[in-house]
Amino acid sequence: MSLLDNFLARAALAGIGVSLAAAPLGCFVIWRRMAYFGDATAHAAILGVALSLAFSTSIFAGVLVVSLVIALLITQLSGRGYAMDTLLGVLAHSALAFGLVAVSFLQGIRIDLTGYLFGDILAVGKTDLAVIWASAVLVLVLLSWRWSALMTATLNPDLAHAAGIDPRREQLVLTVALALVVAVAIKVVGALLIGALLIIPAASARALAPTPERMALVATGLAMTAALAGLQASYSFDTPTGPTIVCVAAALFAVTNLGVSIRAAFRKRTAP
Amino acid sequence: MNLVHIENLTVRHGGLTALHGVNLDLRAGEIVTVVGPNGSGKSTLLKSIIGALKPTSGKVNRKPGLRIGYVPQKLHIDPTLPLTVRRFLSLPKRVSNSQAAEALEQAGAGHLDKQQMNSLSGGQFQRVLLARALLCKPELLILDEATQGLDQPGSAAFYQQIEDVRRNLGCGVLMVSHELHVVMAASDRVICMNGHICCEGEPEHVATAPEYRALFGTGTQGALALYRHEHNHSHDQGCDHDNHLRDAAAE
Repeated sequence: MSLLDNFLARAALAGIGVSLAAAPLGCFVIWRRMAYFGDATAHAAILGVALSLAFSTSIFAGVLVVSLVIALLITQLSGRGYAMDTLLGVLAHSALAFGLVAVSFLQGIRIDLTGYLFGDILAVGKTDLAVIWASAVLVLVLLSWRWSALMTATLNPDLAHAAGIDPRREQLVLTVALALVVAVAIKVVGALLIGALLIIPAASARALAPTPERMALVATGLAMTAALAGLQASYSFDTPTGPTIVCVAAALFAVTNLGVSIRAAFRKRTAP
Repeated sequence: MNLVHIENLTVRHGGLTALHGVNLDLRAGEIVTVVGPNGSGKSTLLKSIIGALKPTSGKVNRKPGLRIGYVPQKLHIDPTLPLTVRRFLSLPKRVSNSQAAEALEQAGAGHLDKQQMNSLSGGQFQRVLLARALLCKPELLILDEATQGLDQPGSAAFYQQIEDVRRNLGCGVLMVSHELHVVMAASDRVICMNGHICCEGEPEHVATAPEYRALFGTGTQGALALYRHEHNHSHDQGCDHDNHLRDAAAE
């Protein structure tokens, strides 16, 4: 019996794969203040689920296309009179609502919507696993290839222009990576909690890292820990897996921040 | 060959004309300063030169492969982004430790390499921005109100540094500033803008031009002379008033 025949092993590998891509990308999401952007893209994924069920295509493809379209739409519309958060609020919730309504039109197909809203990591099959890992590797290749340009554009668009880097192209790289992560993470934590997987590990890593690269590495470590510990906890306590993973990530956030505050206070006290 | 050749440049954004009919050439080894009131198109001009804004009409020709060192007006670094000075210097191209140390030294910011960018003081921050701009061995150094937030001795020292850099690298320098007196004295050529180029020339010429006086009044001329005096240590007749001012400022 191979390792991949065990559903828990597949779930663990899926969690690790998604963490690998989501954590470094999540760093860019918080540095660029795109947290809501990630959420909007993720919520729109439900519309992708509905469409792929209607047209009998793979869920991954449907979610990927819809996430990409919504993300590009937001990018295009931004800076045209509406504040970014307003625009995201309109698009994210509309896409989610249209998705939920579209699902109700699908007659003859009984689907468990909670599986897509909250994820179903224990049902990850071998094909899912292949798609998750292929996408994770693609996202990592994309990020490391563009890393320096992305960092420069993130700091300041004019700085990028002066160095011959087009900030809009770098934004597009992030948008594509984000759509990919959303499309694979929907199976693991579900549309409503993808944002958590992007942001919480990155935010936890902030306090522990002196450079952006270190922050991305620490975030990846924390995300993997959350995925594995969450899986373990959900197995022991019989709780829903996706939310349990996010709970562990939140606990890690509390612990790292508390740890750093305590260390700082301790240093202050012992300082001469 | 000129570093940048601008011909009849017009830039509109959002229905407003920010710049119209601008002709300008930038040459190596020359310090050019752009002055003008708020909203006069100074930043628009810089952004057109670095390629961040597309001309509505006219052209901006950069020398092929022109290396631009750019020091932005302000750089907001999100608190969630940890960034040491050393790491910042390696953006966008990785540089060696010795190159980084040399650039920091040149910019007057030695020994800051391990600090976090967000922990620097205003003056240190600007010097680190300058150091990063120097690392690409710029043929053209562009500074957009680089001394905002510095006190007067701080900005005078900063401009002194720019002159040193120009002498060492032989690069062209284009800067925008509000601090007329300090900047004008440090420049070879001053361009006075208000949507278009009102007048240009040597600092003394521009300071006495009617177009310049219409925009800024006559008050700055004394300060200009004051600065010149500090630099040249000449004490000719008829400048008692200015010397008096300088002494008052020094107190």
